[in-house]
Amino acid sequence: MPIMSKDEAQALLKKVLSYSKADECEINLSGNDSGNIRYARNSVSTSGRVSQHQLAVASAFGKKLGIATINEFDEASLKKVVERSEELAKLAPENPEYVSFLGPQTFAEAKTYNPVTAAITPKLRSDLVEQSIKVAKDAGAVAAGFLEDNAGFAAMMNSKGLFAYNTSTNTNFSVTVRTTDGTGSGYATRGYNDITKLDTKKATQIATEKAVKSVKARAIEPGKYTVILEPAAVAVLLENIFFRLDARSADEGRSFLSKAGGGTRQGEKLVDERVNIYSDPMNPDLPTSTWNGDGRPQEKISWIEKGVIKNLSYSRYWAEKKGVKAVPGPDAAIMEGGTKSLEELIAGTKKGVLVTRLWYIRDVDPQSLLLTGLTRDGTFYIENGKIQYPIKNFRFNESPIIMLNNLEEMGKVERTVSVESNQNYLLPPLKVRDFTFSSLSDAV
Amino acid sequence: MIPAIPVIGNPIDPAKALEPVDVALKKRMADVALNAARSKGATYTDVRIGRYLNQFVVTREDKVQNIVNTESYGLGVRVIANGSWGFAATDKLDNDSIAKAAELAVAIAKENSRLLTEPVRLAPQKGYGEVNWKAPIQKNAFDVPMKEKVDLLLGVNSAAMQSGANYITSLLFMVNEQKYFASTDGSYIDQDIHRIWPAFFITKIDPTTGKFETRNSLSAPMGMGYEYLDVRPQDKIQSVTTLYKGRYDMLEDAKAGGAQAGEKLKAKSVEAGKYDLILDPSHLWLTIHESTGHPTELDRVLGYEANFAGTSFLTLDKWESKKFNYGSKIVNIVADKTQVGSLGAVGYDDEGVQCGQWDIIKDGILVNYQTIRDQAHILGLNASQGCCYADNWSSVQFQRMPNVSLQPGKDGKSINDLIKDVEKGIYIIGDGSFSIDQQRYNFQFGGQLFYEIKNGKIAGMLKDVAYQANSQEFWNSCTAIADANDYRLGGAFGDGKGQPPQSNAVSHGSSTARFNGVNVINTARNIG
Repeated sequence: MPIMSKDEAQALLKKVLSYSKADECEINLSGNDSGNIRYARNSVSTSGRVSQHQLAVASAFGKKLGIATINEFDEASLKKVVERSEELAKLAPENPEYVSFLGPQTFAEAKTYNPVTAAITPKLRSDLVEQSIKVAKDAGAVAAGFLEDNAGFAAMMNSKGLFAYNTSTNTNFSVTVRTTDGTGSGYATRGYNDITKLDTKKATQIATEKAVKSVKARAIEPGKYTVILEPAAVAVLLENIFFRLDARSADEGRSFLSKAGGGTRQGEKLVDERVNIYSDPMNPDLPTSTWNGDGRPQEKISWIEKGVIKNLSYSRYWAEKKGVKAVPGPDAAIMEGGTKSLEELIAGTKKGVLVTRLWYIRDVDPQSLLLTGLTRDGTFYIENGKIQYPIKNFRFNESPIIMLNNLEEMGKVERTVSVESNQNYLLPPLKVRDFTFSSLSDAV
Repeated sequence: MIPAIPVIGNPIDPAKALEPVDVALKKRMADVALNAARSKGATYTDVRIGRYLNQFVVTREDKVQNIVNTESYGLGVRVIANGSWGFAATDKLDNDSIAKAAELAVAIAKENSRLLTEPVRLAPQKGYGEVNWKAPIQKNAFDVPMKEKVDLLLGVNSAAMQSGANYITSLLFMVNEQKYFASTDGSYIDQDIHRIWPAFFITKIDPTTGKFETRNSLSAPMGMGYEYLDVRPQDKIQSVTTLYKGRYDMLEDAKAGGAQAGEKLKAKSVEAGKYDLILDPSHLWLTIHESTGHPTELDRVLGYEANFAGTSFLTLDKWESKKFNYGSKIVNIVADKTQVGSLGAVGYDDEGVQCGQWDIIKDGILVNYQTIRDQAHILGLNASQGCCYADNWSSVQFQRMPNVSLQPGKDGKSINDLIKDVEKGIYIIGDGSFSIDQQRYNFQFGGQLFYEIKNGKIAGMLKDVAYQANSQEFWNSCTAIADANDYRLGGAFGDGKGQPPQSNAVSHGSSTARFNGVNVINTARNIG
């Protein structure tokens, strides 16, 4: 059984630690049961279930570090992985940046595990997909989608007395519905820790409606437009900020958070003052682990407050060098929003473009955080508060920093999933002016 | 120059302990799964037993950041029952756990069969009996002493810093896939696959303006052993910078890279507009990958990737017409799973099909796709093209891209021959930013080094360059391709597709090629 109890994990970690001859040793252990079902052309394609474990041993002699991993837990394999990490450490030169492992820490009890999700059966997966396919079939459309669920645990222990343990579950669902002639396409995605919240029928109805309404898209000129980005589109843009909050890169002068002449932009107002972004492992709508991979507690922390860069993330080495608290990067992020629904945002828009989903987001320039990518699966022209007609997809070239400076309005926050990273976030739909579309795409 | 940093330690090789698992044991385990699935009603079963070994050595400036060995060992079993696929995987390899995994795969297949519109149809495949294939490497990277690897990377870093870099991260990533495949067709296939990727990432900062530029290595990940790093003069191509063919001089490239990162800071910002592009193979591989490799994946064409990676503009009617003009007449694109030194080279794919090569674009016309056993009948083929791959024992195999390469020009042209005819152009070396839509029409690519061409001559470095095009228009604007002397492989370890996403390692070969009248944009922005 991949999910070990706290006692079982502790016992295994103690045993592995007992084999260590290094000055310091730290072990990370994880296991998970994951199931999935994939469908396309209104028919199931592949489906499976995987049970697996991993054990990673980091051994240090002085400031020399070696890491080895294994997924076999018999006595000989456990001894072998410890020995291998020690051999690697002995072969490594001293790393002056090595920081001694953390001592015992106190962690809050995470709210990440749901027993119903952990007990999902092949039949339930199949039922949920059947409901989705039925919606598309009834509309004379074609669904392709993916449902996955995970139940797992993670634990760590080191020679300085630190022990951490957590269990978690999650389920992500996404569906793309296309018209049979391929001229219309719509999308919806959902993510939860608790699978009983998942309504595949409702999500597929939204994707189907977008597909049907996006037929006969018109080409409009690329250029700067007011856009309403649905949360799934906001996620893939803003996560490029969340992933790049590292203080060291900023201090070294090679980040969008670097200040000309040296130092970081922490404390500077970088975006619209209505922007507040934080992470909170205990948020009931987006619970995450209360510790990170090197044993630091994950706590509620503000990253952008009233448009000001409030905190940056630090490795333990860089924090020690700078004499600051070693704040780990966020596991998930939350952006505060407003009270309006998506429909109300549309109703208040004179001219604009509604974007359902963005795709293939890549860095163009790390200095300005300029990103490129394309709209996909439901792009519509808005005029006088109403969706007027579907439009052909665009390529954009835009920086999320410039975008957050051009903020017009924020809608109600909802949990969404990034199609790029599979991460879950709590984000509002955003209305933004002067969003830069640089060319048209023929893709549907 | 090798830095004066001592690498102390007993030169034992930890990976020496990682002898492959006994083939007889793997056959016994496979038979347990095959028999268990059959007894539960599977009409077809295949089993993959994989041991995946990786080694990472990561350094920055004068420090070794990480030395990591990883190992993953387990079994995946795929079945057809009631006409539906089912899959289960486990890392517990006792007979009972293996049989349970096989039974679970059958149960999943049966459960899902009610959602089928038509049963799976597999192309026939003969069993090969007990066979094996080993990548033809000369030097197993896992046998090379750690000191040699560390010395190389710290030397690379020192060379870059001495030539002006402010920061450099360098790494060696080495892979050994020990894969065993067995199926109810009667194949028991043992394979040993090796891959290597040496790479660096340089940053240069202008302290007065706060601007920074980066320059990444011009290496390619390869399906080779450590011999890729044995420098040979005959594997170098002299152009505006030294380019590498089959062997890589990491030290020399780092030295050049440090200086070029500084040049980029002072380079002229490109004026947006139409340019003729001369694209080096270290750059063009990625454009081939995105605009040719992906749209010719048959699963995308059919809609199996519609929810994630997308579909394709190369629909079946275009193939059936036998006259869809994908590119100009000199454009010939070949799929090849046997190319020596390539990332995709294997003897057999992950559903037991012996690998080969075939034309995809012939004289500019779309003539074929990439298929696996349950798709072959759609193209009227009676055998798979051997494009099935899973990135781990725990992942289900599906259609993945083989090496897809642009064939060299036949009229004896060199890189200089291509440049000398360009009035207003840009010569692009190395891969950079990349993005393409879900049907593979509209793409945008950056690069590492951009040189302005004026009246047939290199006129200095440019920056802030990206080009946008439509795939079909772009390949029809291909007016010249250098000859086979310039042919080189590029590639990626991380070709992503599927849900859950899987990584495929794939190479793309080409010679330098010219594309006329491509739209170039300026990517400079100011965030205040």
